[in-house]
Amino acid sequence: MSSFQLIIIGGGPAGLTAGLYASRARLNVTLLEKGAPGGQVLNTDWIDNYPGFTDGLSGFDLAEKMAAHAARFGLETKLGEVTSMDLAGPIKKIFLEGGEELTTQAVIIATGARPNIVGIPGEKELTGKGVSYCATCDAPFYRDQEIAVIGGGDTAIQEAIHLTKFASKVSVIHRRDELRATKILQEKAFANSKIEFIWNSVAIEVVGTNEVEGLKLENKNGEKTTLAVQGVFVLIGTRPNNEMLPADQLDMKDGFIKTDQQMRSSLPGVMAAGDICSKTVRQVINAAGEGAVACLSVEEYLADLPLAE
Amino acid sequence: MAGDNVTHVTDSDFDQEVIKSDLPTLVDFWAPWCGPCKAIGPVIDELADTYSGKIKITKMNVDENPETPGKFGIRAIPTLIFFKNGEVADQVTGAVGKTQLVAMLDK
Repeated sequence: MSSFQLIIIGGGPAGLTAGLYASRARLNVTLLEKGAPGGQVLNTDWIDNYPGFTDGLSGFDLAEKMAAHAARFGLETKLGEVTSMDLAGPIKKIFLEGGEELTTQAVIIATGARPNIVGIPGEKELTGKGVSYCATCDAPFYRDQEIAVIGGGDTAIQEAIHLTKFASKVSVIHRRDELRATKILQEKAFANSKIEFIWNSVAIEVVGTNEVEGLKLENKNGEKTTLAVQGVFVLIGTRPNNEMLPADQLDMKDGFIKTDQQMRSSLPGVMAAGDICSKTVRQVINAAGEGAVACLSVEEYLADLPLAE
Repeated sequence: MAGDNVTHVTDSDFDQEVIKSDLPTLVDFWAPWCGPCKAIGPVIDELADTYSGKIKITKMNVDENPETPGKFGIRAIPTLIFFKNGEVADQVTGAVGKTQLVAMLDK
């Protein structure tokens, strides 16, 4: 059984930044990641608001740079999927797929989030057959076709713009009559002749048998229409990757971990950072910032621990 | 070494390598621009090592091989299709975890 001072769970911007700080602090640390590092950044076509990168860069590049940066200070990364954990006592236990058990004095939970689903008929059945949650992945399959984007936030609008590089027409379905997305993205979208907005409307059914043939909509007056589209991109926020968390031990809100300003959870020695935290702003920049804060809180926690007998 | 047990298949050898394969065969349809494809890459490599000699683990780059993904109606990646005796036995889309893939292969 391997034992650590700190285990970081998740290799997105929050986990990698925590790992960078922890390595520089010379903690006995390992970062667990179930795949390649990067997290949701890997799904992002272009990052234009990360300070220091004056020309912007692709999500791929940013993920790679963050991983390389942490590795430069010696961060060790282990491929592994956490199935459960016991965080209550002073020695935290982390259980991995395949039966391996790791122990650690402190944990930073940075498991992140994944795209939300709408939860309407046809959505699940047609996922991968016209329903998609990743525009950067699947946009090239929709060359010269008409598609719908559900959502109105930064991700929805940024990816709607990206989709116009391939699709002939992109209809953005939004439940209100104005967008939440940041103004510069709105300006770009409104100026794009391939993007059409359908306001005050919600999607109620994805139509099609073996492939998407249309999207049934209902507006606020209760009128129903069917939009003929070959693709439906669902970009309506995220849900937490919390299946492996001990919900009975941690203080949570709507499936996200509640933390204080030092990124401490309700359990001593357990910090959280990034999109798994209960919060309102979900940007790469604050995920990274939270990773740094979480690591500094871990250092403080470890320094205050009574010496082992 | 990671990835050494993965066979890269193309439109031209798909029939030979997958449909007519003696072993049950998993095909990971991916593309270089796809983040979740990259994310599950290490898991696919690991499965190829674990199941070496029992299940053939393959990858197909859909950017270079448009014909086969078209035939199977693939419109999202990563899509993983598990073939047994040349027939589709199971299929999953998205960056699923190792646990789910192992469950699919062990069924």
